[in-house]
Amino acid sequence: MSLFSGGYQARQDRRRYLERTLSIIAAFGLLFWLGINFLKSPSQFFQASLIGLSNGILYALIALGYTLVYGIIELINFAHGDLFMLSAVFSANFITIWFHRDSSSPAAWGLFLMCLLTVMILAATVNVGIERFAYRRLRRAPKLAPLITAVGVSFVLQFIGLRWNGSGPKTWNSVLPSGYFHISTIKIPYTTLLSFVITTPLLILMSWIVTRTRQGKAMRATAQDQDAARLMGINVDRTISFTFALGGALAGAAGLLFQQTRGLTSYNLGYQLGLIAFTSAVMGGIGNLQGAVLGALLIGLIQGLNDGLPIGLGQQWSQTVVFSILILLMAFRPTGLLGKAVTEKV
Amino acid sequence: MKLRKSKTPKQSASHKKWTIGFLIAAVIIWVFYTYIMYNLPDGPQTIFQNWFPPTTINEAMVWVICALGLNIVVGYAGLLDLGFVAFWAIGGYTAGWFMSAFFRQVNIHLGSPSDAAKLPGIHVTFWGVLFIGGLICAFFGIIIGAPTLRLKSDYLALVTLGFGEIIPQVFTNGENIAGFNMSNGTKGISPVDNISVPGKILGPFDFSWKFAIFVLLTAIMVFVSLRLRKGRLGRAWLAIREDELAASMMGVPLMSTKLAAYAVGAFSGGVGGVAFATHVNGVFADRFNFSISIILLAMVVLGGMGNVWGVMVGALLVAWINSTGLPAFGDLVNNTFGTSINFPSYNFLLFGGVLILMMLFKREGMIPESRLKAILHEADDTTSNVGGAH
Repeated sequence: MSLFSGGYQARQDRRRYLERTLSIIAAFGLLFWLGINFLKSPSQFFQASLIGLSNGILYALIALGYTLVYGIIELINFAHGDLFMLSAVFSANFITIWFHRDSSSPAAWGLFLMCLLTVMILAATVNVGIERFAYRRLRRAPKLAPLITAVGVSFVLQFIGLRWNGSGPKTWNSVLPSGYFHISTIKIPYTTLLSFVITTPLLILMSWIVTRTRQGKAMRATAQDQDAARLMGINVDRTISFTFALGGALAGAAGLLFQQTRGLTSYNLGYQLGLIAFTSAVMGGIGNLQGAVLGALLIGLIQGLNDGLPIGLGQQWSQTVVFSILILLMAFRPTGLLGKAVTEKV
Repeated sequence: MKLRKSKTPKQSASHKKWTIGFLIAAVIIWVFYTYIMYNLPDGPQTIFQNWFPPTTINEAMVWVICALGLNIVVGYAGLLDLGFVAFWAIGGYTAGWFMSAFFRQVNIHLGSPSDAAKLPGIHVTFWGVLFIGGLICAFFGIIIGAPTLRLKSDYLALVTLGFGEIIPQVFTNGENIAGFNMSNGTKGISPVDNISVPGKILGPFDFSWKFAIFVLLTAIMVFVSLRLRKGRLGRAWLAIREDELAASMMGVPLMSTKLAAYAVGAFSGGVGGVAFATHVNGVFADRFNFSISIILLAMVVLGGMGNVWGVMVGALLVAWINSTGLPAFGDLVNNTFGTSINFPSYNFLLFGGVLILMMLFKREGMIPESRLKAILHEADDTTSNVGGAH
């Protein structure tokens, strides 16, 4: 950009000042809104937050897939959300149609765990396959090409979902315990608790793989510089495949959890939730794993509060709120909450 | 970078050929649908009604207008826009606002057709609304572009995608915005005013006249696209598309050039939206969804990014397949073989597949632009030098 023009520094300062002022105003507005709602009905406030957080943890699983792939090959994998959708449809078929379980029992819980394993492996395989056949050939092509391909893959996956699940949404019975317990006036369903219990180890495992293992080191090296990584003897292709497998497995788990906790599947699920998850990834700073989880929880919380609070825009504006946040973030802080500013590689 | 020597004489000759071909085709189609088709014997007439009904032809022309606008953004300037449906929607609602009895509170008439003279609401002539719609869209294009065009290209794609989600939702929920009915919600705004041409008012079923008007609009879009491409702005767009950094070093102002691409693209999206509203005689919020953005993208990619004529052929083909070709073909197959396959439900597979296959095997499209072809395959050469990603 106009790096050498005279007023560059002054303009940067003005910009920073403007950004700070605006963000302070926004923060105060947000606090005011939350405060009013809290005073009006504390129990509803906590209930909405809880719903939001339990959505957020699902978004986190999907967002990690986006952030992993973006971190390593700088591609917005539009098909990722649809992989999640297919996983949800697969889980529904696996548990309810193939194994005829539609109520909670110890045997059904075993089946749930088996399904978790199966769907994770399957989604990982599919994701690796997509990378192998659609994205790998385009790795050195102009950016537009893999992006358009990703959109195409997303459409093909949606088609599979459409054939498999039908054009309308389908509801399913859950095999998870359906009751809930109370903390003062707040209802906490067991399924919410379970999704935290299942998701947290997955996130820890994921973080351990990326930061502590040899394969994780190879991933980080490849993300930094593919050519240098190759010179150091890292098998770049395999590393990228591994990354897609990790992301796919998490999307698979998210699919099963979503299907079991919401009891709903539909072919355009992946598009909506994928976008929200990507927004979360961007919010936390794309390429940053902790950031993706934080962003997802925040987005889930914001969405939950907006949908559930007595004074709010309500559910029909849910998407608008999330995408407005996305646009504002992109405009003012494209590096996200935890991301570091990086100069673009030339 | 291998830049081919520009082949100006040859290229302009090919443009001339295409222009003449376009005009001849338009005249033939117009004459056919005005004078010949309804006088044909029943058999052939049914075939044409099934495979090429006049409403499909007109709708395809609207798609062409929008695709040409997207071509400026994607094909010329190399910015991926995944929310073009927003401009289409805004254009459509502009027609709804300025050409109907929707705002009953006011009573404004500006060159409105004589049959709307007694109605309340805002009635502006179609030709004026084209401009208003285009300008509003260009304004929104700049609003959305200004803060985000600094970003990397893939972030831009995402922001436009978000924008393309927000706008239709605003219109869907727009029935009650702080007590104000902005868009009549899912019921939509219908009917919109008829188009008046000198000596005639075109009713909703005057397809062949509307066809002539849409052809005129398309011709203007083609002319503008071609002229812009040759001029200073167009060359700046191509430079940005090919290498942003190099272009900015050569003194191309990145922001304003990109914004211009955005504004021009959005303008034609608005024009397309207004045209579409008159075509279907109303605007309906649920029509505007993500798949429209993707179908438009598929048109541009399939036809050949950056090549006006390629995009036009791609748009006509895809629009026809989407609205009539696939269902008609499905009926034919089902009737012949006694099957009951739901062919229109395959359009996801078709368009997704088109995007993937074109990107993998023929990135430059059916009717490629020679310059773009060189760039898109430049990467293939470097792969072998670097040691390969294969």
